[in-house]
Amino acid sequence: MTQRRSVILDLCVQAEFHTLLLLSLYLLFAGHNQPGGGFAGGLVASCAFGLRFVAGGGQALSRSISIPPTTFLGVGMLFAILTGCVSLLSGHEFLESAILSVDLMVIGKVKTSSVLFFDIGVYLVVLGMSLLVLEQLGEADGSDPDEVQP
Amino acid sequence: MSVLSALIVAVLFAVGVYLLLQRTLSRIILGLALMGHSANLLLMVVGGRAGKAPIIGAFGPNDTVADPLPQALALTAIVISFGIIAFLLALAYRSWVLTENDEVEDDLEDARIAQLGEAEMRRWWRRSE
Amino acid sequence: MSVLLVLPIALPLLAAAVAIIAYNQRTVQRIIAVGALIAVVIDAAFLLVAVERDGVQSIQVGAWAAPIGITLVVDMFSALMLIISMVTVLSVLIYAIGQPGVDQDQPVFHPVYLVMTAGVALSFTTGDLFNLFVAYEITLAASYVLITLGGRREQIRSGMTYIIINLLASTLFVVGIAWVYAATGTVNMADLAVKIAQLPAGTQTALSMFLLVVFGIKAAIFPLFFWLPDSYPTARMPVTAVFAGLLTKVGVYSIIRTQTLLFPQHVPSTILLVCAGLTMVIGVLGAIAQNDMKRILSFHIVSQIGYMILGLGLFSVAGVAGTVFFIFHQIPVKTALFLATGLVEESTGSTALSKVGGMIRRTPLVAGLFLLAALSLAGIPPFSGFVGKLGIIQAGFSAGEYAIVGVSLLVSLLTLFSMIKIWNGVFLGTAEDPTLRLAASTGETRLSTPVLMRGATVALVGVTLAVALFAGPIFDLSERAAQSLLDPSDYIEKVLG
Repeated sequence: MTQRRSVILDLCVQAEFHTLLLLSLYLLFAGHNQPGGGFAGGLVASCAFGLRFVAGGGQALSRSISIPPTTFLGVGMLFAILTGCVSLLSGHEFLESAILSVDLMVIGKVKTSSVLFFDIGVYLVVLGMSLLVLEQLGEADGSDPDEVQP
Repeated sequence: MSVLSALIVAVLFAVGVYLLLQRTLSRIILGLALMGHSANLLLMVVGGRAGKAPIIGAFGPNDTVADPLPQALALTAIVISFGIIAFLLALAYRSWVLTENDEVEDDLEDARIAQLGEAEMRRWWRRSE
Repeated sequence: MSVLLVLPIALPLLAAAVAIIAYNQRTVQRIIAVGALIAVVIDAAFLLVAVERDGVQSIQVGAWAAPIGITLVVDMFSALMLIISMVTVLSVLIYAIGQPGVDQDQPVFHPVYLVMTAGVALSFTTGDLFNLFVAYEITLAASYVLITLGGRREQIRSGMTYIIINLLASTLFVVGIAWVYAATGTVNMADLAVKIAQLPAGTQTALSMFLLVVFGIKAAIFPLFFWLPDSYPTARMPVTAVFAGLLTKVGVYSIIRTQTLLFPQHVPSTILLVCAGLTMVIGVLGAIAQNDMKRILSFHIVSQIGYMILGLGLFSVAGVAGTVFFIFHQIPVKTALFLATGLVEESTGSTALSKVGGMIRRTPLVAGLFLLAALSLAGIPPFSGFVGKLGIIQAGFSAGEYAIVGVSLLVSLLTLFSMIKIWNGVFLGTAEDPTLRLAASTGETRLSTPVLMRGATVALVGVTLAVALFAGPIFDLSERAAQSLLDPSDYIEKVLG
């Protein structure tokens, strides 16, 4: 895999990688009342890592991220469900949304909704799922096919 | 517009069914994906005419407003089918690694019945000779 | 109140999230999974009490009012299904922890199993047709992973059939939802119950038949059962057991829920009765032709589904009550039978009738457990299967459907026959397999299995005996469930407010 790396693709991916991640974060935060959201953001972020994988194979992927994908999945699920449970504990219905406004001194007043936390969860789940798939495919490149878990 | 959409739904579904009836796994998966697209498109058609975004302030009193529910339903269905098709592809890959063959294998019962039939045939031939 | 309804879904999902973060710490995963399921069982018991006392319970998720938002609603039928399925899921989990090689080398087992539990709980509690689809997909996605866990060639082959068939059914389900939405403009089931009644008769029949086909595939009724006997037996035993006990019953639950709530005027009784009869007969005949415990029992899943559809097809309070009780008894019994089979497999390495033999001398406990569950399945008094079948058959007599009653009695007899076949082949007689005979001749007469596996099976057989022991009160509850199914005014009122 490593011998057949394309220099052009490699460089382009390196240039694009962080921009794509930034775009995915923009989509995540814009999702409240503009096109975007956790799923779209998560997909864009997965694309960024997918490109890394295409360009450099499994090693490049594992070099660019050290947290195991299952942790992304788990933390994402926790975020999503706990958002629902917090509203339940504060005496509202399950998953009821609330509008939060925070006064950040320099930037000014920031208004967002509790849906954002749910979206962050979705973002992480999508990203974790894609990373898991990529990781499995990366292992499939190796000589021992029995290691792959479908 | 609606007729065209309905036609696309029908064509996608027909192609999906055709592919589903094939023997190779990759075609079956493609067929299922097409049928899923067709179902999602049907959800969109069902929502009625296109219109302004259903957000308060985005439309006036005389505007037609798009029905948001089918869009939400279709979006959910798309996400689900995306995940499951991805899993199915991984499984097909695994099956290919194991058997070096993209064909769907007979189920156990079919194989057994075929065996019985063959044995019966052989006996019948021997008797007729 | 709303906490009770949310917990069966939220708790397993939370536990799954924690379990997947603790990817390689098996002990943590086990404690979390068992703890969460115990909590869910307790919650389901509270829910049953609440429904018994105050009638239908419902909440609107996200505080969006009924026809717009997603509704979670629990009536007597849901509450009964929820508690028995959660008890079953818990005992299978303990069995899986006990069995070597199930969760030890599979770090994803616990998270996926918990997600499946959440999906089953959601499909029993949701009051929204589209959300039912989502619940199905959660359950199925998890079941796809479980059925292919380990990735052996045989599993991939049969798992593929399972996934393709279920994915096809799911696609058809989306199409069905689209049609229902086109006709009514809503997917909330209580709202649908009101709006579908105003549709032309032809449209109602078309929608009803389409949903019947969709759920018929999931529930494995004739002629849509062909995928089941081949795909279930290849998975690991705890997975097969929980699928056998639960997943088809979720399909039956959906048939009953949609037919009674959405199409009370157009229940296709004759079609249901014919399908029920054929499902019973073909399932049991398929079972008789098999020579492997797992495959025999898999065909019996199909056969027993017929009884459930039969009770619904009669469409009287007595018939539906019989069905509710029958499902309530069937979930633990079927699972217990598979768990006992798993014990046989674990101690001898095989489930083929020709290879295993004389188990009664080696593991009298397993023989006893299997016998109790098998007699219950065959409907021998005083076991729970007898009560369920009696209820359905009485309802059949009072509805004047003598032919189908005759068929069901015949099928009962054939069920007993194939149970005796397993008994004679596996527990009586002598082992034909040379390795097993070797074990007997070297003096190793008792075969042992891990304590947790035996314990879980004993507990589940205990549950089936408890169902028989408390058949009176449970049948009363089933009758109330049937009344509220056939007269859903309370359900509609509580949801729509």
